[in-house]
Amino acid sequence: MFIGAIGCEPLQLARVQLERSESLETYQKHGGYESLRKVLDGMSPDDVIGELKKSALRGRGGAGFPTGMKWSFVPKDSPKPKYVVCNADESEPGTFKDRYIMERDPHMLIEGMLIAAYALGSKTCYIYTRGEYRYIIEIMDRAIAEARAAGLVGEKILGKDFACEVYTHSGAGAYICGEETALLNSLEGLRGHPRMKPPFPAVAGLYGCPTVVNNVETLTAVPDIIRMGGEAYQKLGTEKSGGTKLWSVSGHVNRPGVYELPMGYADMEKFIMEDCQGIPNGRKLKAVIPGGSSVYIMPASDIEGKNVTMDYEGLVAAGSMVGSGGFIVMDDTVDIFESTKNLTEFYKHESCGWCTPCREGTDWLVKVFKRIARGEGKPDDAQLLLDLCDNIEGKSFCPLGDAASWPIQSAIKKFPEDFRRHLAPLAGGNGHKSLSTL
Amino acid sequence: MSKQFTPNNPLPQEAPVPEEIATFSEAVEAEIDGHLAKYPLKRSAILPLMFIVQRERGYLDKPGVAYLADRLGVRVTDIWEVATFYSMINTEPVGKYHLQVCRTLSCKIVGADKITEHCKSRLGIKPGETSEDGQFSLSEVECLGSCGTAPMMQIGFDYYENLTPEKVDELIEQCRSNQLSNGVR
Repeated sequence: MFIGAIGCEPLQLARVQLERSESLETYQKHGGYESLRKVLDGMSPDDVIGELKKSALRGRGGAGFPTGMKWSFVPKDSPKPKYVVCNADESEPGTFKDRYIMERDPHMLIEGMLIAAYALGSKTCYIYTRGEYRYIIEIMDRAIAEARAAGLVGEKILGKDFACEVYTHSGAGAYICGEETALLNSLEGLRGHPRMKPPFPAVAGLYGCPTVVNNVETLTAVPDIIRMGGEAYQKLGTEKSGGTKLWSVSGHVNRPGVYELPMGYADMEKFIMEDCQGIPNGRKLKAVIPGGSSVYIMPASDIEGKNVTMDYEGLVAAGSMVGSGGFIVMDDTVDIFESTKNLTEFYKHESCGWCTPCREGTDWLVKVFKRIARGEGKPDDAQLLLDLCDNIEGKSFCPLGDAASWPIQSAIKKFPEDFRRHLAPLAGGNGHKSLSTL
Repeated sequence: MSKQFTPNNPLPQEAPVPEEIATFSEAVEAEIDGHLAKYPLKRSAILPLMFIVQRERGYLDKPGVAYLADRLGVRVTDIWEVATFYSMINTEPVGKYHLQVCRTLSCKIVGADKITEHCKSRLGIKPGETSEDGQFSLSEVECLGSCGTAPMMQIGFDYYENLTPEKVDELIEQCRSNQLSNGVR
């Protein structure tokens, strides 16, 4: 598996190939904790947030919300304790970048969290890691202990008047806990049900206190932003999408891996065919899900010759989204009906059961997919799937419902043939009127 | 004439059975204290503590639940409420080796089905089942973040990636001869 940068100097992946890259010694030898020193030596919390705003860093977990703005929502005058929570619940199918960052460069995350804690006036950070990543939690615990022994975590950090604790926390197998308010409920020892927003976590988050929840990749971008300055970081990418982005590439490519690309990298076709070394076994590209399983699927015809740039704006223009950067490549052996069924089963399993549209809707979607697959579907079933999606999308309590609907809506729209093939025999041939809408 | 239910004639109630409460060694108690010290509210430690109970007792059983309720100062139902939400919390016994094969898209398109089928035929159990001797459980699980090294499975907490049927055979052989860690910790 490849892990490295293409089209730019590696930032977040700068140290991952070094020997004992997870150690404090290696991290400090390559500039580690210098950004924290710079911050404590003479930057005010507002200076830090200002640099974040200039950097145009957007949340890397999937939603792409500007990080500097998110931080600025935390009320400064609140008498309550404030919390920094790292979302390391990486569960979006096709996404595995956070795992490698934490495995190979855990101190980069600790430094990012400490800078965030300083900027937000927080004394406590939690790293909420998905339960399956037990070995990552063990790596993080060792790194935190090492940092504490070196005076980088705890009281009087770097000898300054700044105290902060960093703790790991384990989830226990629930995709929904990647949604920030469900994560907070889980961290409070409850079922991982999402909370009503507003109030947003910045005002009332963990234990009802002001809280910032950021993805691993977001927080690990912070030390570089402080080191090089927000403006220089932004210039690595585009005006609205600053810096670099990690793409987790899986599926039918010759070289899967974690790729760090500058935002705005051109173009997606070159990325697949050259950087990822093309499709194995001489097969043809059929489809790409570029941003984790929840985003719209892209047919090859929307990629080849279309000069799709890999950033937030470029992917929206091309009909999809950056999401978490979970880049799943599918060749022409894949039946998009089957692949969409697979993802729908995932969402049914992971629906938390809190709201009716998502709980019942995903269950019905799977029932309909299964009966089509068994050859017992009804001629109108493609339309039924779309109707069900329409009753879930925008009507569920949290975005999981949208995430379950989008893959189906886009798959039926972009790959009608793959659905027609399963439905035509049931409808008595291709001429049935229900198929004409496909 | 059938008996009518009235407030004066309440339905018979079972006498409450005193709950058996699990006990742990001093070392485990210290480990639990370490987790509790991380949070301003004890209840936050519920998941880390459930993993410890599972490790020590094989699964989250009734005495384990009673212990957690007592230790965290919450009701027994609060513990069950959380335990039944999370897929990694086992409220039934599982085999010594718990093979969890990823079934989600990135694994699926590079042969996850083949791996699952292979496990089924070698172990003689279906996903969701435990072998009669209690050595093996098999599950199909959702994306484990190992998509670049697919197909894959987890045994306990340990990752096994880039699987082939031959590699699966090797792993199962190592399990049978107790040479492989069961990945529980």
